[in-house]
Amino acid sequence: MSWLTTYVRPKIRNLLGKRDVPDNLWTQCESCSQMIFAADLHKNLNVCPHCGHHMRALVTDRLDWTFDAGSYTRIELPKAPVDPLGFRDQKRYTDRLKDQRAKTHLDESLVVAHGTITGHKAVVAVMAYEFLAGTMGAALGEGIVAAARLAVLQHAPLVVFTASGGARMQEGMISLMQMPRTTIAVQMVRDAGLPYVVVMTNPTTGGVTASFAMLGDIQIAEPNALIGFAGPRVIEQTVRETLPDGFQRSEFLQEHGMLDMVVARKDMRETLGRIIGLLGRQPVADAA
Amino acid sequence: MRQFLDFEKPVAELETKIDELRLLSAPPEGGARPAGEANSVQIGDEIAKLQEKADKQLRATYAKLTPWQKVQVARHAQRPHALDYIRTLITDYMPLAGDRSFANDEAVVGGIGRFEGRSVVVVGTERGSDLDTRLKHNFGMARPEGYRKAVRLVELAGRFGLPILSFVDTPGAFPGIDAEARGQAEAIARSIDACLAAPVPILATVIGEGGSGGAIALAAGDRVFMLEHAIYSVITPEACSSILWRDTSQATAAAEALRLTAQDLKHFRLVDEIVPEPLGGAHRDPAAAIRNVGQLLRQALPSLCQLDPSALRAQRREKYLAMGRLGS
Repeated sequence: MSWLTTYVRPKIRNLLGKRDVPDNLWTQCESCSQMIFAADLHKNLNVCPHCGHHMRALVTDRLDWTFDAGSYTRIELPKAPVDPLGFRDQKRYTDRLKDQRAKTHLDESLVVAHGTITGHKAVVAVMAYEFLAGTMGAALGEGIVAAARLAVLQHAPLVVFTASGGARMQEGMISLMQMPRTTIAVQMVRDAGLPYVVVMTNPTTGGVTASFAMLGDIQIAEPNALIGFAGPRVIEQTVRETLPDGFQRSEFLQEHGMLDMVVARKDMRETLGRIIGLLGRQPVADAA
Repeated sequence: MRQFLDFEKPVAELETKIDELRLLSAPPEGGARPAGEANSVQIGDEIAKLQEKADKQLRATYAKLTPWQKVQVARHAQRPHALDYIRTLITDYMPLAGDRSFANDEAVVGGIGRFEGRSVVVVGTERGSDLDTRLKHNFGMARPEGYRKAVRLVELAGRFGLPILSFVDTPGAFPGIDAEARGQAEAIARSIDACLAAPVPILATVIGEGGSGGAIALAAGDRVFMLEHAIYSVITPEACSSILWRDTSQATAAAEALRLTAQDLKHFRLVDEIVPEPLGGAHRDPAAAIRNVGQLLRQALPSLCQLDPSALRAQRREKYLAMGRLGS
């Protein structure tokens, strides 16, 4: 390091004005290994333009892609107890949370918003895989319950995008108890006669799958998403067999009767809009 | 033959000695006592002294079991299992079978019968107690058809207004290719859903190991009881250790961190009551453990049976919604 790099270069950069250059201009597709220009990838909803592979999406993008442009408002979610167990493995749980909050600019693994989808009112909850692998703790449970309450209050359908590695081990049994809690949230929406639509994205596993994620009136998944209760590694260790190709993927689940449809990201908003419209029983003028 | 756990060794040694002395003092077959009266009295004294010491040791050990020791006790092969509770507490028991869509999963047992004369539905996860029965019941690890059978039983109970008693003892839901293909996650979700929606009281007792999703599928009840040395956890300490510590040898630390004992869970108000176990754990005196569970169920059932379905459901919802809410 010399004064040229530490002093002169930043000076010149300041003079030229800040340029927002992302760290990675190019991304490699995890599926076909092709290099994709980051801007193109984002424009294509994080779907590989070469092979159609659906990559993970940030919650903020997901909200933009789902709601009609500029129509949504995020709501503040109720706070949950922080680190009720005083959990510590190699790292303190509170430190892990702090790191995640700094890294993701999210409070927790769920974001809830309300707005319109192709003109229909809806409440949408999106799980953030980027936050501790979308694990389910008390905060997520509170968030799902809050989303359900909001849907009932606004008399709007509830749409949940799931993405989760399962339970939040650091919250022990409080985490497990979110399975009945989120199920109660689903029941509240059901009791109010409102549609509950689940969109499963890659990956959705463990306690999330075995509770609110599998209780939708309509079950949708993005293509090739990993969906299951036990993770593939656990299954492999138990049965000591190699798992068949495509096992626990969206198409496999659809074939086995667990999903209504597999929908590409680009068609998601329109599909959700149609479902909400049809289940909402609002008559439309017959086009024919 | 009594099976001893590692930490029970001092007790085991004392009890072996007692058995040896008993053998010595007993008259040999068809013959007179080899030793005089005085000698046998001495042996008798010695046995009493050793017995007292063994009991003291046992009491001391079981008064402060570590979480990892509790995991071992909860999984003890000689602990009473779901069918033992059902056979003892339920009269006129009639087992029911099948999920009406694929198979009859023996990991989930249940049926109709009477508890204290009252018609009830019982359901439980059964681990089996020897090689044959363990294989038959798949070590208590249910497949989707098991949870679907449970849903059937819960709905049956609802239709006929029968309270439900459930006995939970499972390492977890079976993680197999077939189980996943038939919708393990959906089956568990529906089972939780059915329990929470039931118009009749559900009393769940964790009698041994409450293994994660496979346990809550049958334990989302109005009252949840747990035996003194039972465990109930979101993940096995072994699996938790390999994920968070990246090392399978940290199960002891994981068992502590997970707060999976009945005492911890009562403290967090995730279970309602702890059922006392006989000295040295339920495996030493299964009949006493079963009796204690029966007594608690007997106390809890009548008041719940008085509630009308909507009040019952509302109370149940509130109970679960309060778990993990700030300030509760």
